[in-house]
This record gives sequence, structure tokens and C-alpha cells, in this order.
Amino acid sequence: MKKLSLISLFVLVMRRDLVLAMRRRADVLTTLIFFVMVVSLFPLGVGPEMDMLRKMAPGVLWVAALLSSMLSLGRLFSADYLDGTLEQMLLAPQSLSVLVLGKMVSHWMVSGLPLVLLTPVLGLQFDMSAPAIGVLMLGLLLGTPILSMVGAIGAALTLGLRGGGVLLSLLVLPLCIPVLIFGTGAVQAVSSGLNVSAHLSLMGALLVLALAFTPWVTAQALRISME
Amino acid sequence: MAINWFKYSAPTTFYPLAGKLIPWFAISSLILFAVGLYIGFVVAPADAQQGEFYRIIFIHVPSSIISMFLYLIMAAYAALGLIFNTRLSSMMASAIAPTGALFAFISLWTGALWGKPMWGAWWVWDARLTSELILLFLYLGFIALHASIDDPRRADRAAALLAIVGSVNVPIIYFSVKWWNTLHQGSTIKYSGTSMHIAMQQAMFTMLAACWLYAIAIALTRVRSIILERERNSKWITELAEVKS
Repeated sequence: MKKLSLISLFVLVMRRDLVLAMRRRADVLTTLIFFVMVVSLFPLGVGPEMDMLRKMAPGVLWVAALLSSMLSLGRLFSADYLDGTLEQMLLAPQSLSVLVLGKMVSHWMVSGLPLVLLTPVLGLQFDMSAPAIGVLMLGLLLGTPILSMVGAIGAALTLGLRGGGVLLSLLVLPLCIPVLIFGTGAVQAVSSGLNVSAHLSLMGALLVLALAFTPWVTAQALRISME
Repeated sequence: MAINWFKYSAPTTFYPLAGKLIPWFAISSLILFAVGLYIGFVVAPADAQQGEFYRIIFIHVPSSIISMFLYLIMAAYAALGLIFNTRLSSMMASAIAPTGALFAFISLWTGALWGKPMWGAWWVWDARLTSELILLFLYLGFIALHASIDDPRRADRAAALLAIVGSVNVPIIYFSVKWWNTLHQGSTIKYSGTSMHIAMQQAMFTMLAACWLYAIAIALTRVRSIILERERNSKWITELAEVKS
């Protein structure tokens, strides 16, 4: 058998997961619809005053992004776990961390990236200014991969447990608080005419940290859950 | 003679040792609580700005300090259990978690009681309050994950990994929340002297010691129960006097 290089392994896993996601488009779309729906519920709940909505918008969008990424995380490993593919992946001679990273990236492309692309439309609903929307998108672009990666640890730990979905949110949401703070902080900074680079740099630093450590930790978590 | 450092790392030897130690910790904790509360409520003078209200800090500050340290201790035990596969370390970690959560809750509760007369609100979104709340969530997550896995080995290892990830995250969360908002008064006790009255200091440190001893006594009591539960099928348990009767 031909030995796979790490990069080709990464690409292989990513493509496989993307193809699987495209075959089950409904799953992807429900998460997106959930995101749009949660965001649209807020004006109905707090009233239509544009001043207040404009102030709330970054927080609302970020919290909705957090919640919808929690919803989709349950699917990250569960299908592979149920049909036994995950067991084969653990037995594979290649690095499990790289394999997990591939799954994380494809999860982000399916559940995080569409949220970033939808943000301008939802931002307009909340009467956000163009620079604020730009910063919000940039923040989400840096932040949603962190949500997928940190969430993957939780998904691996709660694999196959009853009530896994709720438990997953309980474990992962507190760990995602810094992302929420820096993401909304950046938008507030640009709205009040301050420099946004501090918030976005910190977010970038978190992304690098997550990229370095979460695949390995998730791999360990998978081994614990599957033994 | 070489000392066997690992003698008490086995549940068989640790169980009777913990049984002997618990009364000492419990009694000295009770005495220190009595002394600390006496100094705090009778001897210490009223504060110049905060009047009598400040006296809640004799509970509030020790419980906050302990809730944070216990998380680190819990994570350290969990890591030991994960790395060296020692059963007792994992049992200690799960024995500490409820006590840590309790102290985090007490700290939030007394903070709210103090905040109402001082800040005029039960709850403010201040950095330290918020990070204490998040700490409580982390404890609850650890307990919930441990409780929802039936196999104790997997539960120990999964919860250990979560505790380690959480302890790496604690400083990140703390600083992010700190930059986000700060209203809480700064620390009064610093390494370079303090502005506190001497009786207040005595009361505070006595209460801190009392809370530590309480935490140790309770954690040891709980770990004894966990040992009994986990090892119920082993021979030495069935030969224990308290099990036989």
C-alpha cells in the first residue's frame, strides 16, 4: 500500500467529509436556518428601535453563531462512530491528529464559513454600518474555526453518551467565552472609532493556539472515548 | 531505610490513612472557624468606608481563593491519573470537584450579598464576578461529564482531559474577561504590605486556614466513599470492620 503523506491525508479526509456533507445538504441547511432564525428572533423580543438593535447586533450574531456551531458539532464524529469508520481511523497508521484536523476544517467550511457569508445580510437587518459589518465578518472568519476546533474536543469526549448534545454545550460554551469577547469587542471598537487591531490580533493568537493544540487533544479524547 | 513514597497511592493503604486523618482536619477546622468568626465579628473594627457590611469578606475572600486553587489541584490530580494511570488520583479529582463547585457558589452568593449594599445591585458584570461564574460552569461541566459516563475508567479519563483543557483556558478566560470590564475593587493584600487592620488580617487568614482544613476533610471523606463504591468487589473491602457490621 502506498504510504500517504500528511498533506495528502489531510486533503483526503477533508474532501471525504465535504462530500458526505454535500450528500446530506439538509443537515447543513438546518444549522444555517437556525442561525438566521435565532438572529431574527431578537428584534421581535427586544423591540424594533434601531439604536438599540445596532448596539446589540455584534453580540446577537456572535451568540447565534456559538449556538449554531454547538448544534452542528454533534455530527462531527457521530456518523463515523456509528458506522465504525472512526474505529478504522483510530487504527490507521497515519497521524490521528492530522486526520482530526481535516475533519475540523471541513466542519468549519460547512458550518462556520456559511455563517460568515450570511453575516452582511443579517447585519443590514440590524442597521450596522459597513465598516462594522466588515470587522464583524473578519472576527467571525478568525473566530468560527476556533469554535469548531474547541468544540471538537467536547464532541470527542461526549461521543456516544446519552444527552450528548446538551452536555456538549455545557462543556464547550464556557471555553468559547474569550472568542465571544474579542469578536464583539472588535466591532464595538470600530463603532466607537477605536483601533480594532488589538482585538483581532488576540483572536488570531487564539486561532494559532487552537490550531496547534486542539487536534492533538481531540485525538487523545477520541482514544479515551473509543477504548 | 528507603521510604516508599508510593505506599499511600494505593486505595488499600490510603483508605485507613484517610480515616485516621479526617477527625484531625475536621476538628481543627471547626476550632479555626470559631476563632476566625469571633475575631471577624467581635474583635475586628468596622471599616471606615464600608461600615459593618465588609465583614462578609471573611467568608467571601477565603471561598473565592479556595475555589480557584481547588480547580488547579483537581486538574493536577486528574492529570496524574491520566498520565500515570493511578486510580487514586482520579478518585481524588472527582472527590474535590463538588467541594470546589460549592466554594465557587458560596463566593458568588456572598459576593451578591455584599454587592447589594455596596454597588446597589445584586449582580454586576464585573470581571472577577464573571470569571468566578465561569469557574462554576467549568466545575459543573466536569461533574456532569463524569456523571454521564457509566464506565468509571472512561469517565475518569474523559473528565481529566476536560479539566486539563479547562485549566489551560482559565488564564485566557480570566484576562479576556478582565479586559472586557472591571469594577471590582483591587486586591488589598499585596506582597508589599497591606492597608488592612491587623485584626481583619488575622480573621481573614484564620478563616482561610479553616476553609482549607474543611475542604481537605470533606474531600478525604468523599474519596473514602468513592473508594468503597469502586472497590466494592475486592476482598479487602469485605474484610473492613465497618462493612462487615
